[in-house]
Amino acid sequence: MNTASPEPAAAPPIAAPPDNPLSFVEEIRHLLYASKGNPINTCIQCGTCSATCPVASGGFMDNSPRRIIALIRAGFKDQVLKANTFWYCASCYQCTVRCPRNIDIAELMYGLKRYTVWKAAGNKDLIGPTFTETFVKMILRTGRSYEPVLATSYLFTYGLPEMIQEAQTATVLMLKGRLPLLPARIKRLENFKRVIKHIIPLGDKE
Amino acid sequence: MKTYAYFPGCSLEKMARSYHTSALETCRVLGVELRELEDWNCCGATAYFHVDELLAYTLCARNLAMAEQQKLPVVAPCSGCYKNLYFTRDHLNHDADLAEHINEALAEDNLKFRGDSPVHHLIEVFVKDVGLPALKAKVTHPLKGLRVAPYYGCQILRPRKDKEDVEQPRFFEDLVAACGAEPVHYPLRLTCCGGALIITNREAALSLVRNLLQSAVQAKAAVIVTACPLCQVNLECYQKQVNKEFGTEFHVPVMYFTQLVGLAMGIPPKRLGIGSELVAVMPAIKEARETEPSPAGT
Repeated sequence: MNTASPEPAAAPPIAAPPDNPLSFVEEIRHLLYASKGNPINTCIQCGTCSATCPVASGGFMDNSPRRIIALIRAGFKDQVLKANTFWYCASCYQCTVRCPRNIDIAELMYGLKRYTVWKAAGNKDLIGPTFTETFVKMILRTGRSYEPVLATSYLFTYGLPEMIQEAQTATVLMLKGRLPLLPARIKRLENFKRVIKHIIPLGDKE
Repeated sequence: MKTYAYFPGCSLEKMARSYHTSALETCRVLGVELRELEDWNCCGATAYFHVDELLAYTLCARNLAMAEQQKLPVVAPCSGCYKNLYFTRDHLNHDADLAEHINEALAEDNLKFRGDSPVHHLIEVFVKDVGLPALKAKVTHPLKGLRVAPYYGCQILRPRKDKEDVEQPRFFEDLVAACGAEPVHYPLRLTCCGGALIITNREAALSLVRNLLQSAVQAKAAVIVTACPLCQVNLECYQKQVNKEFGTEFHVPVMYFTQLVGLAMGIPPKRLGIGSELVAVMPAIKEARETEPSPAGT
């Protein structure tokens, strides 16, 4: 590169940035930064994803995966972020392996989860976001998963009959020796925490 | 003897202890050494990926780097762990910048990801590395007459890794047949059990479990066999709640494939962790053995 150009051309006047430098569909397309982009613009709306999704075809999603893609492309941001679709995705990847346009729909659902967590824009009535947060915090503390801690993130949202059923199941599992009494933790926990801090500064005081 | 760096995963510590013990017992007979990865950490299940992709890859990469230190291929018995570890290695091997970034963090634990250790699911080790003919040669107590519904679930098969058949796989049926049992075909063998939705959307998950149990029972399966601790818990431990919710009367034992193989190899049920299930397995096994007339000349 020539760094010694004596007289640089006068810089063009700076244009005011557009209000929306990146359209919603562009934002979503770039969500999978670490793995790959996702060609949602090539979607032909065939509906294979929705038909193959056991949760959508069971009638549990307020918007099917096909519809979510159409809404993203049409720029209906609020409606997409408030949908339960991606939080009700079980990550079974059936849509992904069957999509005729090779769109990784399950990864798109992960992307939408991350997007709503960052923007704190999701549907507040869902258990998914709280559960996720509890899970991640637990792993970052001990390096291992521990079921009883997780239970606190969802039990209180249950009605009494469900809570009783859960308690009964837990009791039987405990008697069969299948529930841990104490949380496990990894040995090199201090190193582990430093590894994590290298990736995400946790903002806590040292 | 084949040796692997064994990544048990959090579920096998307690909830799926019987999967762990039966894996160790059967591998010993098959001449496979499972060397537990020292100081492994949780693979992140599905939760890390909801929050931060980079963090999720880092935590999996730590486990992979430890296996590489031992110069061993990785084996995971849990389908979720397997998928996370497999695709972390895949992505990092294709993205040198990402690997470098993560290696800077791993240096805090004196580790480095190189990408040398391939990742396998335990069932793959049985079917491909040991091989069904060799496995069959160890079968001393064939489970004749036992109707088994092999349940693939999701993440052994999906996402697709290469050009393998994700629509009509056969290997689980073949494994069941190698144990002398009778694999039954049922339409939902590849359909999701609901996974972690059992916590985040109980209604949907119970409905998926109900569909699956119904599909297996309609095909007259005496037991369902799984290769994943979460599938096992959903299909077995939530059967009672399904019955309450839908007025059904399911009572199907759900066991791990390692327990099935272990029984066929004559390992005592107790050493395979049988007895800790909520729907007892042994009555179905005994019934099959009693009703099946022992074939003449064998």
